[in-house]
Amino acid sequence: MSADLTRRTAAELADDLASGATTSVALTQAHLDRIAAVDGAVHAFLHVDAEGALAQAAASDERRAEGATRSALDGVPIAVKDVLATEGLPTTCGSKILEGWLPPYDATVVAKVKAAGLPILGKTNMDEFAMGSSTEHSAYGATHNPWDLDRIPGGSGGGSAAAVAAFEAPLALGTDTGGSIRQPGAVTGTVGVKPTYGGVSRYGLVALANSLDQVGPVTRTVLDSALLHELIGGHDPRDSTSVDQPLPSLVEAARRGATGDLSGVRIGVVKELAGEGWQPGVMARFTEAVDLMVGAGAEVVEVSCPTFVHALATYYLILPAEASSNLAKFDAMRYGLRVLPEGVASPSAEEVMRATRDAGFGDEVKRRIILGTYALSSGYYDAYYGQAQKVRTLITRDFDAAFAQADVLVSPTAPTTAFKLGEKLDDPLAMYLNDLATIPANLAGVPGISVPSGLADEDGLPAGLQVLAPALADDRVYRVGAAAETLLTSTWGGSLLDRAPDLSTGSEGPR
Amino acid sequence: MATALVDFDTVLATYDPALGLEVHVELNTATKMFCGCPAVFGGEPNSQVCPTCLGLPGAMPVVNGKAVESAIRIGLALNCSIAEWCRFARKNYFYPDMPKNFQTSQYDEPIAFDGWMDVDVDGETFRVEIERAHMEEDTGKSLHVGGATGRIHGADYSLVDYNRAGIPLIEIVTRPIVGAGEKAPLVARAYVQQLRDLILALGVSEARMDQGNLRADVNLSLSPKGSGVLGTRTETKNVNSFRSVERAVRFEMQRHAAVLDQGGSILQETRHWHEDTGRTTSGREKSDAEDYRYFPEPDLVPVAPSREWVEELRGTLPENPTTKRARLQGDWGFTDLEMRDVVAAGALLPIEQTVAAGAPPQAARKWWVAELARRANDAGVELAEVGVTPEQVAAVQALVDAGTINDKLARQVFDGLQAGEGTPGEIVAARGLAVVSDDGALGAAVDKAIEANPDVAQKIRDGKHAAAGALIGAVMKEMRGQADAGRVRELVLEKLA
Repeated sequence: MSADLTRRTAAELADDLASGATTSVALTQAHLDRIAAVDGAVHAFLHVDAEGALAQAAASDERRAEGATRSALDGVPIAVKDVLATEGLPTTCGSKILEGWLPPYDATVVAKVKAAGLPILGKTNMDEFAMGSSTEHSAYGATHNPWDLDRIPGGSGGGSAAAVAAFEAPLALGTDTGGSIRQPGAVTGTVGVKPTYGGVSRYGLVALANSLDQVGPVTRTVLDSALLHELIGGHDPRDSTSVDQPLPSLVEAARRGATGDLSGVRIGVVKELAGEGWQPGVMARFTEAVDLMVGAGAEVVEVSCPTFVHALATYYLILPAEASSNLAKFDAMRYGLRVLPEGVASPSAEEVMRATRDAGFGDEVKRRIILGTYALSSGYYDAYYGQAQKVRTLITRDFDAAFAQADVLVSPTAPTTAFKLGEKLDDPLAMYLNDLATIPANLAGVPGISVPSGLADEDGLPAGLQVLAPALADDRVYRVGAAAETLLTSTWGGSLLDRAPDLSTGSEGPR
Repeated sequence: MATALVDFDTVLATYDPALGLEVHVELNTATKMFCGCPAVFGGEPNSQVCPTCLGLPGAMPVVNGKAVESAIRIGLALNCSIAEWCRFARKNYFYPDMPKNFQTSQYDEPIAFDGWMDVDVDGETFRVEIERAHMEEDTGKSLHVGGATGRIHGADYSLVDYNRAGIPLIEIVTRPIVGAGEKAPLVARAYVQQLRDLILALGVSEARMDQGNLRADVNLSLSPKGSGVLGTRTETKNVNSFRSVERAVRFEMQRHAAVLDQGGSILQETRHWHEDTGRTTSGREKSDAEDYRYFPEPDLVPVAPSREWVEELRGTLPENPTTKRARLQGDWGFTDLEMRDVVAAGALLPIEQTVAAGAPPQAARKWWVAELARRANDAGVELAEVGVTPEQVAAVQALVDAGTINDKLARQVFDGLQAGEGTPGEIVAARGLAVVSDDGALGAAVDKAIEANPDVAQKIRDGKHAAAGALIGAVMKEMRGQADAGRVRELVLEKLA
């Protein structure tokens, strides 16, 4: 019975709750049981709040009994990436430097989720301060891919994707700065959406790169993402970069797409997001997906975005620059870790700051702080940060031109399937290449979705299809994403995740 | 190591001074620059804080619209252009009282730029060019505990109060002021003084230097006379009164000259002003290595004030200070010399407020320029901080006009006001200062004086009325000053008629 509940989608659980087939307490408990059973092997969670989640579930059931539910998803539990501030719940960002910090406030998205009545199961693992594509840079140990526990779950939001893929949670919140929602989605066979920049409040999201970060849904179906996206989206007076205009109906777009009809939709295949270095099995699944969409009435055009080849370099100047400044606040003065330097009798504030930052930050974080500090330095600013902003403008123009030819753009979400844990840890550049296809959307602020496109022949691991749309046209990624999901699922004869190993039997994986 | 100073006049024989002033104005908005915390002075430490102004992870700033309005009004009053589009920038450096370890400020896109202000010094007008006025947030306040100096060096530990963190500041930066010569110290002082008057007239800040609402940094350099090349400058901080601005400029001119005369070179550095010794000491060296890594604040959208709004705000500006001075001089009937003294004493605004409270202009001038300016000077404080308000001066003068007290007693009332003994009326009552208007008591005192001075009395009887002064003095002494001298004179002349 418990296992059944964890394998249902959020939309189905909402129906079950509405019909009285189950209670929030029962399904929250089922997910907590699942976490207890499999998370030792997956390590998707950094902190599980069983007590809090069950209390919120009981409150939800009471509301329902009184006919006072707060939203369609009232009572459906959710996991939250550890980069989002949760009042009274540990928020570490995967870093030692925030060990033990209990935020005195909720991020706006967390407040919205709470207000809508979703019990919060816990906080999910991530690369330290969201810097990475494998979740191996977490100071609290890596998360394992539920498809193969020896492999990475993607990153930085590997914890949220793995939690959803391993049926530990029906819904999760992620954040996407260069692909941290979409790439983990692709390599774990789940759905992830990066909304239009400004579409969802960033207040309470511990910033990696403020001009690139977005909060978004991590789920197993496109419809579930739409339900969660509508719940967390909208203007927030606390975030002046949030867009002050009504969202298009995303749930409606997802339902429309689920009919599988794409007639009249122009789909642009981005020439630059393919070719050398792209895994053949990933490309094969992508091509098949495009063919299916053509079969469903879509018109396909090839579009060229020549500046996309500079996206990675641009990103790795803008991101470290902003991050180096954002991370300056971690100085041991007001919260988090405080390390006293060894062998110093009465250390100065500066010495404490230095010792704390040395002990509290991991190598990848230090690497990017150094890069960013350099890029912003007097005499280098114009050549690096300034130049990167100009290229960013050019990338946005490439998108504009491409969207003049096509309603949406498509590509594989990531160039490869999940690689082995440890495989790229010593090669930062190889690690950075994972985000080649996802980064342009962050630089231009446009929305994107990743939906499972199938399993690569070489390794039997999931690959993802990315759909991008113009800024504020998030409904299009839902419509086309849902159509692709419907078409692909029918060829598979069921959800791709049905083919993942059953972790609860303990027969799979090293742990 | 104390540097021997060069005599001020000798400095001027060899060098031309160039001045620059950076003034920080703390705005009196209800809330902070980027959050909703109250921006008031004097709360319990760390009681006016939130995730944003504490720099907690995840918190974000939102621009205070009222602060932008104040910035634009200051810019307009300083004859600046107002940016059609500008951004905030991060100024990155580590300091414990700065919550985010960057200050959200403006860098190459200030809200206001290219303005000027005319400054009157001894009847001569200097045009001070304004380079820019930009918006930024204040830092927290460190309190260094233990150690002798109250400075961080030698302290046992430090406490930080973040109530001030995030209070809106406007930084007003002048272009180099050259050609002031011997008047450089006075121009510096007059600029800060008249800027303060302007800020007060705009109503955008309490502008109290003693509370740090208005803080001046003084830049100074010397160049060989007639060379026209700017020398290396020093930036003197912590200059917290008009008088100190003048003294700091004078001191730095004399110190620079001493260093240069000995063939040394001036270090580009921050220096601290010491009110007690009247000297500056070296602070941190400001080398080229200091790199704030400015970049546009990505959490804020650009500020783009519409031209309509700017024009609307222009309509709310107070009268131009130069025009206003001329108008007031006419209204009050002051001579040029009187007006110059008023401006030099920084008494224009107090006099205006005193007159507004009902006092005759000449009386207001007398109290502020002669009496209260002297008291402020003796106490080493600014006129505004002398402990007597314009309303109180008007009330004192009203008592004089009513014959309740005389000028001499009024000075005692001012003593009482400075000591915080209550209203002028209360002080007169409590100190028993009212002049004796009872003719019986006065008459007895006059009779006594006539009896004691028969020779003088006879002269008056003989028509030498000028001799009455001696008797009046005796009566006033007898009455311990609490008599109306005019009435005493009348009584003396009556009795000896």
